[in-house]
Amino acid sequence: MNMLHETPVGLPRRAVTLQIDGDDVKVPEGSTILDACKSHGTDLPTLCYGDTLDPVNACRVCVVEVEGSRALVPSCSRPVESGMVVHTDNERARHSRKMVLELLGSSVDLSAAPRVYGWMQQYEADPSRFGDVNTMKTVRQPAKVDNDLYVRDYSRCILCYKCVDACGEQWQNSFAIAVAGRGFDARISTEFDVELPDSACVYCGNCIEVCPTGALMFKTEHDMRAANTWDEDAQQQTTTICPYCGVGCNLTLHTQDNTIVKVTSPHDHAITSGNLCIKGRFGFQHVQTFARD
Amino acid sequence: MDLRFPEAEPTLAEVQALDAAVGPSLVAEGWEREYGGAHRAEALRHRLLPALHALQDRVGYISPGGLGELCRRLDVPPAEAYGVASFYAMFSMRERPVRVAHVCADLACQALGAGALLDAVQAQCGDPNQTGVPGTWQPSPCLGLCERGPAMLVTEAGDPAHEAVVAPAIADDVAVALRVGPRNFGVEVPVVAAVPQAATPAGAAGLVLLQRVGIVDPASLDDYRAHGGYQALRNAVTMGPLDVIREVTESNLVGRGGAAFPAGRKWAAVANQPVRTHYLVCNADESEPGTFKDRVIIEGDPFSLIESMTICAFATGCEQGYIYLRGEYPRACEHLQHAISVARDHGYLGANVMGLGFSFDIEIVRGAGAYICGEETAIFNSIEGYRGEPRNKPPFPVEVGLFGKPTVVNNVETLVNVIPIMLHGGAAFAAVGTPASTGTKVFCVSGSVSKPGVYEVPYGMTLREMIELAGGVPAGRSLTAVLLGGAAGSFVPADDIDFPLTIEGAREHNTTLGSGVVMVLDDTIDLLTFLRRIAAFFRDESCGQCVPCRVGTVRQEEALVRITLGRQSRAENELDVALLREVGRVMRDASICGLGHTAWSAIESAIDRLGALQGVDA
Ligand SMILES: Cc1cc2nc3c(=O)[nH]c(=O)nc-3n(C[C@H](O)[C@H](O)[C@H](O)COP(=O)(O)O)c2cc1C
Ligand code: SF4
Ligand code: SF4
Ligand code: SF4
Ligand code: FES
Ligand code: FES
Repeated sequence: MNMLHETPVGLPRRAVTLQIDGDDVKVPEGSTILDACKSHGTDLPTLCYGDTLDPVNACRVCVVEVEGSRALVPSCSRPVESGMVVHTDNERARHSRKMVLELLGSSVDLSAAPRVYGWMQQYEADPSRFGDVNTMKTVRQPAKVDNDLYVRDYSRCILCYKCVDACGEQWQNSFAIAVAGRGFDARISTEFDVELPDSACVYCGNCIEVCPTGALMFKTEHDMRAANTWDEDAQQQTTTICPYCGVGCNLTLHTQDNTIVKVTSPHDHAITSGNLCIKGRFGFQHVQTFARD
Repeated sequence: MDLRFPEAEPTLAEVQALDAAVGPSLVAEGWEREYGGAHRAEALRHRLLPALHALQDRVGYISPGGLGELCRRLDVPPAEAYGVASFYAMFSMRERPVRVAHVCADLACQALGAGALLDAVQAQCGDPNQTGVPGTWQPSPCLGLCERGPAMLVTEAGDPAHEAVVAPAIADDVAVALRVGPRNFGVEVPVVAAVPQAATPAGAAGLVLLQRVGIVDPASLDDYRAHGGYQALRNAVTMGPLDVIREVTESNLVGRGGAAFPAGRKWAAVANQPVRTHYLVCNADESEPGTFKDRVIIEGDPFSLIESMTICAFATGCEQGYIYLRGEYPRACEHLQHAISVARDHGYLGANVMGLGFSFDIEIVRGAGAYICGEETAIFNSIEGYRGEPRNKPPFPVEVGLFGKPTVVNNVETLVNVIPIMLHGGAAFAAVGTPASTGTKVFCVSGSVSKPGVYEVPYGMTLREMIELAGGVPAGRSLTAVLLGGAAGSFVPADDIDFPLTIEGAREHNTTLGSGVVMVLDDTIDLLTFLRRIAAFFRDESCGQCVPCRVGTVRQEEALVRITLGRQSRAENELDVALLREVGRVMRDASICGLGHTAWSAIESAIDRLGALQGVDA
């Protein structure tokens, strides 16, 4: 589980020196190129990379050029090697990054993914180049609203695999969802696309926690967005300890107008790494119902 | 794992199919105690693909009840099993007629009239993919029968299931297939018909890898031995593993599956891994459009593959071998299954092979309609019961391969080359061909030639000579281009065919031999239709894992269709060609695997070398 993030105790890791955009950078052995870039102060966009998950290197937005390698290399998963010469921002790497953003933008609704929007501007990505949005193939489809707690709007899904990994053996062990189909038809699905209440889902919401695009969204947020009342600027975040059991998970309560609108959990928490159970994630609805009574 | 299974009940037929394929529930009491949870799941998981085949073969589709029962028996999460099943084109996730005719719509068959056939089938049998009828049809990617297209594969679910290939096929054949099923079609033409060189003594004398095709009885071990079989293995055992690898290295044999990687280096890398077990995977997925050589070898001389794999296993310390066989190859599957069981019965496989002191056995894994599963790491995921998505490299298969263990992956043709190397030595092998491309090569010549088929020649023959060997373009027509290497390869123009078909010769010509496809186009073939088919092929076959390929293959096809419909202005077309280049570049640069890396190659070469998209503006 999560081998890349396990820090061996007691064994100091050897340092490796590589070159990033002309500068020598020294990082511990076993780091990824992305780790090295971070320590060098180089910012790279990432989508399928998750700080609490094993890398799947599927989106390819983080690719960099490594001298001697025929194709570009996903920085989020490739371990550094001594003497590696990395170019993060040359024309070739920028072209691929821009194209990945354009291809995604042409097929997926990214309007609930503000970071992606910023990168699209930074890389001058223009998804409208691919033709008429009404005739192009996209993943457009109605949102799946089949329970009271959260909504799955796969027209926003970039297929980053993170929800599947969070639901599966890396965290939740519920295996309620998986990637189904193939090619452009690939999609996140329960068995035979049954609704969540008929699936193995236990509503831990750990998939929502890792989803980078808003494809998985609290029902509260979904409804407020539909009513045009969702306003992140007017929201406050308060981190507290979950009251429901003795584990002591951290909850970050997002409130707007004194109402809890969603719950996240800090990823850097040593034990829970952003994961909760249904009570911590969605129990606020009871709190509020209670308060209103 | 505490899994939740769907409530739908399996039918009796599904229960019986699973009883036969995986037995009663393997998640019996005590299993967990004996083996431990994680191990149990792994031990059962690789039975998923065969179990899915069993359901599909028995009832013609994968039902919720059948899938649920399968998941209970194998302890697989239903969502994951659904994800795996829906990955493969051969599995239908919706109720479907028991009889299905798969009519090839791919490149080589198009050159032989598949377009007209599909139109006629549509007129005679109605739309594809109908429901509520006893039989339906659907267009199919290349069926590996390109020497006698247009081709059709008919499947009929039942107990037992039946299959037949019909090639060349006419619309009446399809109609009969839907009405009566595969049993109506007589015996297939003998495999040797695909080897035109075998028809003359002079031609036959030059064959090495194909020398026994049509000569030996593919069902008889005795006949194989009477024709020199198993001498190579004896020589190998006398030499010992180190010398076997030395000879293979000295022979300079390189992989015939497409990547041309030195076989000796791969074998040595696995042999030197201290980790056990070592696995051998024979890649017989053969799904590159225009490729049918591995089918001919397996159908005509299956024991030679078994012997070659045994030699490889002896040299590299592999205890278990898998042959990942294309799902659409019924005759190859039958011959291979029979040959493996005969070899096992006679002590040529199993514990203590031939009394020589080492163990090796082979299992066939049937593919289920996914080109990507021929990729050397996707093949592991498929065998293990996961979606056939390529893995990230590094680590490479020689270190972390099948079941996470060091693994040799070789193509069928690569492996059978080991027999002449063991019989005559690496140096003698290297003396054939050119210094950089040693030995003989089996080319799959298809399309517009008088005698399509597989041709085995020493490396070094020019493309022009190869076309002439295959009888040249039919009288009254003229050559326009050749597609080398299949859909993942590239076009060469008609006036540039005087270079040698060697690895270095192709490279100098900015093209590739790939899997040995030589597809010949003449002036009766519409190049634009051809290009659209190539684009559709990659869009269909992308596994969907990475963005450049998943979305790029779709945008590539859309732009190509826009241009080739001939309704755009020149300026619009120029913009679309520029777009194609940009999409092509990100697929080549940033995709995970070879499918994405090459998805634009053929189209690019058609634009640059054939001027394919010029003058199509409105
Ligand atoms: C999309 C794709 C499909 C492939 N299909 C096949 C195949 O059907 N058969 C094969 O032998 N190699 C295939 N390959 C090549 C394999 O990845 C691998 O290089 C080969 O099996 C190694 O064996 P060799 O060294 O003996 O050629 C494919 C590669 C890609 C990228
Ligand atoms: S809420 Fe939890 S159990 Fe349900 S799909 Fe998401 S991760 Fe899986
Ligand atoms: S739903 Fe979200 S987390 Fe899941 S694959 Fe799609 S974008 Fe990624
Ligand atoms: S390049 Fe295409 S086939 Fe290969 S991993 Fe990416 S999506 Fe899958
Ligand atoms: S973030 Fe690296 S490939 Fe997606
Ligand atoms: S069988 Fe039709 S193209 Fe190969």
